Amino acid sequence: MTVLSYRQALHDTLRAELQRDDNVFLLGEEIGVFEGSYKITAGLLAEFGPRRVRDTPICEEGFTGLAIGAAMMGLRPVVEIMTINFSLLAIDQIVNNAAKLRSLSGGQVSVPLVIRTPGGGGQQLSATHSQNLEVWYAHVPGLKVVAPATCADAKGLLTAAIRDDDPVLVLENLALYNTKGEVPDGEHVAEIGRAAVLKPGRDITIIGYSRAAVIALDVARHLEDDGISAEVVDLRSLRPLDRDTICASVRKTSRAVIVEDDWLSYGTGAELAATIQEGAFDYLDAPVRRVAAAEVPLPYAKRLELAALPDAGAITRVIRQTVGGH
Amino acid sequence: MTSTDLTREDPAVLRQYYRQMALIRAFELRAAEMYTRARIGGYCHLNLGEEATVVGLTAALRDEDYLFATYREHGYALARGADPGRVMAELFGRADGLSRGRGGSMHLFDTAIRLLGGYGIVGGQIPLATGAAFALAYKTGPAPDAPAVMCLLGDATTNIGAFHESLNLAALWHLPVVYVIVNNQLGMGTPVEAAAAEPELWKRGCAYRMPGQRVDGNDVLTVRDAARAALDRARAQHQPTLLETVSYRLRGHSVVDPARYRTAEDTERLRRDDPLPAFRNHLVAAGVLTDEAAQEIDAEADKAVAAAVDFADTSPAPDVTTLFDHVYATPAASMYRGLPGDPVTGGGPP
Repeated sequence: MTVLSYRQALHDTLRAELQRDDNVFLLGEEIGVFEGSYKITAGLLAEFGPRRVRDTPICEEGFTGLAIGAAMMGLRPVVEIMTINFSLLAIDQIVNNAAKLRSLSGGQVSVPLVIRTPGGGGQQLSATHSQNLEVWYAHVPGLKVVAPATCADAKGLLTAAIRDDDPVLVLENLALYNTKGEVPDGEHVAEIGRAAVLKPGRDITIIGYSRAAVIALDVARHLEDDGISAEVVDLRSLRPLDRDTICASVRKTSRAVIVEDDWLSYGTGAELAATIQEGAFDYLDAPVRRVAAAEVPLPYAKRLELAALPDAGAITRVIRQTVGGH
Repeated sequence: MTSTDLTREDPAVLRQYYRQMALIRAFELRAAEMYTRARIGGYCHLNLGEEATVVGLTAALRDEDYLFATYREHGYALARGADPGRVMAELFGRADGLSRGRGGSMHLFDTAIRLLGGYGIVGGQIPLATGAAFALAYKTGPAPDAPAVMCLLGDATTNIGAFHESLNLAALWHLPVVYVIVNNQLGMGTPVEAAAAEPELWKRGCAYRMPGQRVDGNDVLTVRDAARAALDRARAQHQPTLLETVSYRLRGHSVVDPARYRTAEDTERLRRDDPLPAFRNHLVAAGVLTDEAAQEIDAEADKAVAAAVDFADTSPAPDVTTLFDHVYATPAASMYRGLPGDPVTGGGPP
């Protein structure tokens, strides 16, 4: 194990996969000379050259579609879309081509494509640059969507995504890039479609992914001091969704709170709550609650931005309400 | 019209072009009939009136080249060598269809002949074809015998953003691709002039310093020669081209479209410019074909299409147990594979 930042874990994984397989190449805006808007690709152009690390013009639909076409031919493109907000320019290519070509061709072509893109608010980037749109992609059969919360998963899930023969969207998060954690040395490939119990507990299950899972873990540790034993489930994968792990946890704890950075209505929490009520109905001692972002375009002003996003205070409050007289 | 000098052409090759055009004509007429008899569902767009363009373009392709098509692509699949029975079976939605009944008329795939799809979203194929050319360039440099990509698109598609983004990337990165605007003069019911500020569509490539040309899409040899020259540039120089072929759709946008937007003049022009009888007459006049031989080819085409319908008829509907096949290359254990109404989790009452 080595302690690395989330950013470094992503960088080292890209470098290792570029070294391992000549079919892997990187594509995106400002990833080469500029070294990436968030510096994930720093130094890679110098090391691998423009054939493997390709700066693109600003044309998300064009270069994402180009990557899909290259993947149909057997290459393994890793596209960086600067933020998930800009993926909307490419959504037709992602949803109508990447997700469907294998099916439409009756299994004749595959699309071993990775789209890396950060989501999340909290950086005062305001409404157009702070969204959590991953659920739009998680809705679509044919895609896989993973969301590493830990530095170990940043390596394990990105490696798995690059080696997977299906299109995988790897959701990163602006607020996680500087977090640090232990990362396994050497070969480390996570299983796509498996949730992880980050912390075992008895009284309540807190479910989250990406930044929300990290906050949930922090809250759960603090609640131990108050005698509340919370189990934290990190989804890690939004599609496929590991319903068995979620339901098994709730059957054990009988209570669930879902933490999500996306908007409440029709968000990931809605799917999770429906899953829990069906898979653990007779075990539930309290309604399943959701802590989600306020339903506004995220404002610029810091006070308003903070008020709109889920935080430890809100999560703690809802957990206490759910645990009730416990 | 067909005005090319035939004396330098191999008569056997010319007869083969006519054979392919006749097959496409017979196939599409029969597809229209099958659609009206509800044997074919969804949308069904025909290549009627575009046979010279289809055969000219595919004649220029080599086996190792890749073709990305539009949703109006039955003829291209046939001319590339797809089995007519499997094409018809796909239209019928059967298990033996080219795309195993997953795609239908608009989404014909056959990797054996390097047909990488028909595309139902207008222009969806253009970035993909550009990416296929990128993959070719990634693997090898330019060479006279290198493979290339041909990307078909309709006239109205030159107005979308993905077209311009793709042309820019292809020119910027020197990719071995030939974009072909199959200008049939109508985007659904909208004439080119009503949709494009530059109706000489090939000129849109000038913004990307991309060579281009407009040719008569009713002349199979002119189309073939222009496509061949463009493909040669793609192979040997990794220089993309924007080629425009001009023909005219004989029928509506799709089988169900009565094309009421056409004027009487248009209809007269259709009869006059129909590439199939024109090419046949040209071949007969040049002594390449006799009337009897032409009739024989037409009869063979009808027979092949009848056999294709029989094949499609006897092919089974895909089994429901295969519903989740081909969605993912590497399925995960946690994937939900329920049918409507099935429980979501295994967790029932205690």
